[in-house]
Amino acid sequence: MSAPRRRLPVLDAAADVGCTRREFLRGTAALAATAAVAGCSPEELLGKHFQELSPDQLARRIRRIERDASRRYGRTVAVSTAPARPGVVFGYGLDLSRCAGCRRCVYACVEENNASRGNPAVQWIKVLELDKAHGVDLAHATPYYGGEPVPRPGHFYMPAACQQCRKPACVKVCPAGATWKEPDGIVVVDYDWCIGCRCCMAACPYGARRFNWAQPEVPPEALNPTMHYLGNRPRRKSTVEKCTFCIQRVRDGRYPACVEVCPRGARKFGNLLDPGSEIRQIMDRKRVFILKAELGTAPQFYYFYG
Amino acid sequence: MSSLAHTARLAARTLEIAAAIAALAVGAARADGDSRSHGDTPAARKPPAEPSAELVQATPPPFSEGIFPCSQCHDGTGDPNPRELAFHDEIQARLTHGSPRHWCYHCHDLVDRDKVHVSSGELLPFTQSYLLCAQCHYDKYRDWQLGIHGKRVGMWDGAKTYHLCVNCHDPHAPRIERMEPMPPPTRPKETRR
Repeated sequence: MSAPRRRLPVLDAAADVGCTRREFLRGTAALAATAAVAGCSPEELLGKHFQELSPDQLARRIRRIERDASRRYGRTVAVSTAPARPGVVFGYGLDLSRCAGCRRCVYACVEENNASRGNPAVQWIKVLELDKAHGVDLAHATPYYGGEPVPRPGHFYMPAACQQCRKPACVKVCPAGATWKEPDGIVVVDYDWCIGCRCCMAACPYGARRFNWAQPEVPPEALNPTMHYLGNRPRRKSTVEKCTFCIQRVRDGRYPACVEVCPRGARKFGNLLDPGSEIRQIMDRKRVFILKAELGTAPQFYYFYG
Repeated sequence: MSSLAHTARLAARTLEIAAAIAALAVGAARADGDSRSHGDTPAARKPPAEPSAELVQATPPPFSEGIFPCSQCHDGTGDPNPRELAFHDEIQARLTHGSPRHWCYHCHDLVDRDKVHVSSGELLPFTQSYLLCAQCHYDKYRDWQLGIHGKRVGMWDGAKTYHLCVNCHDPHAPRIERMEPMPPPTRPKETRR
């Protein structure tokens, strides 16, 4: 009485009895051809997910990336895979009463993170100009201000990048598992795993993700050779990228580039689990708020008035 | 049997309450200590470089080229009265800090020109001028010590370089000037296809 096992029509009976020598050779040739069309090695096409790699496989993959990048840009690059430190959860503070909207952070970020210049121009930070009369109301915000010195009278400025949510909608929707939240709170993207579907961009309520519509343009002389696998290593066309709190710097103990460049000292960074850190002092003593709190995304990026 | 268990639970609960009271008392004592250290005690007057070896002072105070030490021209005598200056007139022209009530010797020392003084008369080197600023701007001073106000560069978990008040603010005209913004992002419709 047992019903015959249903099969998907694409899987023929030969699939599960192993394959003949001829089929194997045909398959290998097809794979090589696919890889050639996709512009990557068969290893890249068949490799495991970053989080499942053995130390040996990881080392091999890093060597390949370093070799490719060094060849492409004619410079020696170093790609780190430094993991999250135990007991560290990063938090970011931004003082809205100090920010003048000068956009120094935007360009420091582009340089530090090897984002595309020219076309496409990929900028992880967007500085919004808001009306003082309306307060923090994104319906009255524009990133395209310019032409006169800042801060313009009657306006204040709110830089926004990835908010490193504790409940990231982008991670939830990714069909490929190419983006995830690290133990130190950084939401990362594996550019080799990203299929470019842009679901994450649609899901992100902060508009924080950027897409490489064309092959990124980074002048070789401007390349930052200190890289992290999950951060500023070179990207391909059709990959999504976003702020990583400068993962290549912060996992090394350094401040993010935007914090160091800010001429007004409006940007603050530290370990949320360390009661003495700058970010904790801010949360203890200032009134902080998170952007779009009603969505329940629980960002690790706090705005405050110093 | 059950009454024995009940007694044991009661004893445990009493102990818990006692521990909580003790913790509260310790907390209160600590809070007391904190509020004292924020007052004008010698402990609070220490430069932040002393409590933590991880803090490194940034570039020295931004003097004009060749102007320091002041004692190379000033011998400690002079007219202490406000007047139109012939030299340092460019400083007088931009002196908007608490103007018109402020005058040179409210901060600079008349006798030892290489120092500034606070209201107690204590002399301070220019590298500790933040203590002079703190006389009025004590809330900013507190925030600055904690890393909330001002700018630090270096390591979030280690050695940091801190900037003095005067590295960002001109002490004679402390309001920070407006600045030219860097170019705005490209609008999507301007993007080349």
